[in-house]
Amino acid sequence: MLRFRLPPSVLIPLFLLLAGILIAGDGVAAEEVAAATAPPVDQGWVMPWWGWPLVLFVVTFLLGIVAVLGGVGGGVLFVPIVGGFFPFHLDFVRGAGLMVALAGALAAGPGLLNSGMASLRLALPLAVIASASAIVGAMVGLALPANVVQTALGATILGIVVLMWLAKKSEYPDVPKACALSTALRINGIYHDAAANKEIDWKVHRTPLGLGMFTLIGLMAGMFGLGAGWANVPVLNLLMGAPLKVSVSTSKFMLSIVDTSAAWVYLNQGAVLAMITVPSIIGIMLGSLVGVRLLKKTKASMVRKIVIGMLLLAGSRALLKGLGIWS
Amino acid sequence: MAEENASRQYVTEEQLVYARWLDVGMKMGFVLLLLTFIVYLFGLAPAHVPVQELPNYWTLPVKEYLEVADVHTGWSWLSLIGKGDYMNFLGIAFLSAVTIACYMRLVPILFRNKDKVYGVIAVVEILILVLAASGVLVVGH
Repeated sequence: MLRFRLPPSVLIPLFLLLAGILIAGDGVAAEEVAAATAPPVDQGWVMPWWGWPLVLFVVTFLLGIVAVLGGVGGGVLFVPIVGGFFPFHLDFVRGAGLMVALAGALAAGPGLLNSGMASLRLALPLAVIASASAIVGAMVGLALPANVVQTALGATILGIVVLMWLAKKSEYPDVPKACALSTALRINGIYHDAAANKEIDWKVHRTPLGLGMFTLIGLMAGMFGLGAGWANVPVLNLLMGAPLKVSVSTSKFMLSIVDTSAAWVYLNQGAVLAMITVPSIIGIMLGSLVGVRLLKKTKASMVRKIVIGMLLLAGSRALLKGLGIWS
Repeated sequence: MAEENASRQYVTEEQLVYARWLDVGMKMGFVLLLLTFIVYLFGLAPAHVPVQELPNYWTLPVKEYLEVADVHTGWSWLSLIGKGDYMNFLGIAFLSAVTIACYMRLVPILFRNKDKVYGVIAVVEILILVLAASGVLVVGH
């Protein structure tokens, strides 16, 4: 049986959020509405206003746990699941998804950089390409009709399922010779691997191809509001030959740069609603804390299968919703 | 932990500085986000869009939402900063600005170390992020 105690740092925000949502209820005083005319009330809506944010908080809390245990970022689960099963418009879901991925990357970044697992030299050239294309992706995503984005999102998520199912990982990829570009940029490093109890001296190759791939990754991250760690890691690890630990850590850190550019576009276009975004960030982060505690006690392969199953369902839902088959 | 400590000796100066700035900025951003959300949630400041009416708004595409809620794009949210819902944008914007601050701190270190290529890369990244943050990029349907 799994037994763990939640620390006060988890319990206090959790309590405040739940208490706030429950207390606020209908008791909020009449507030100023800038709009002269509010949109018509959706006749199908029956839940009180705080119902969906509360459900969202609970779901993102669970997603935070599953994301850590499944070794994926929160964004890749958040957007298809919340976009597919919640009433929020996809524009706001993608805005929140980016903020969720950004918050997670910002929180993890200092530790990853300090430990030497993430490499600034590896991240900087790739991030500059990816963040520029993420802006383009965000603008394209916000300009396209929702059903087109929903369909493309569904197809992408199903592609990620295939990638997760088939892709292999290499702990220490063989890089016989660093490419000319990575040599010029001095993209290499050393870290101490405790498991192998030795210093790992790494270098990368195929950097121009990696830069090209990150153009596409940035585009998709911005368009769909996904964290894109699912794509970063295979490119860094399998294509460029960075060790797995360096790839995973650098990928996570890079999200703090790439998602920043797209997040600003969504923020400036008004596609961020605090009542969707903030509970999601808090939920995912608290869930991640619990997930880390459960990590040693769960079977990774089983959780990974659950994550793939969830993505398969959410991806199918997004695809069918986008095509108007399952509204 | 042992792995981290053993690897730390190989971490460059600029990476450690970046990590320190990121750590401080991230913590400040999260505190700000939490505080402003508490203000919003408990109704301590009036909201621009009343919370009871949110379900009528969050189903709309962003363009329609902006029209019916009378909100404009770009940095116009600053004019609504006294409202509970838009007060949250302070924390969100702060978190989105942390990386820009880290890069700005990085640039002089890189040029001082005569790492000109990475110095230029960092400057270009700052320009990209500032462009994204500026609000001049307009999305039209």
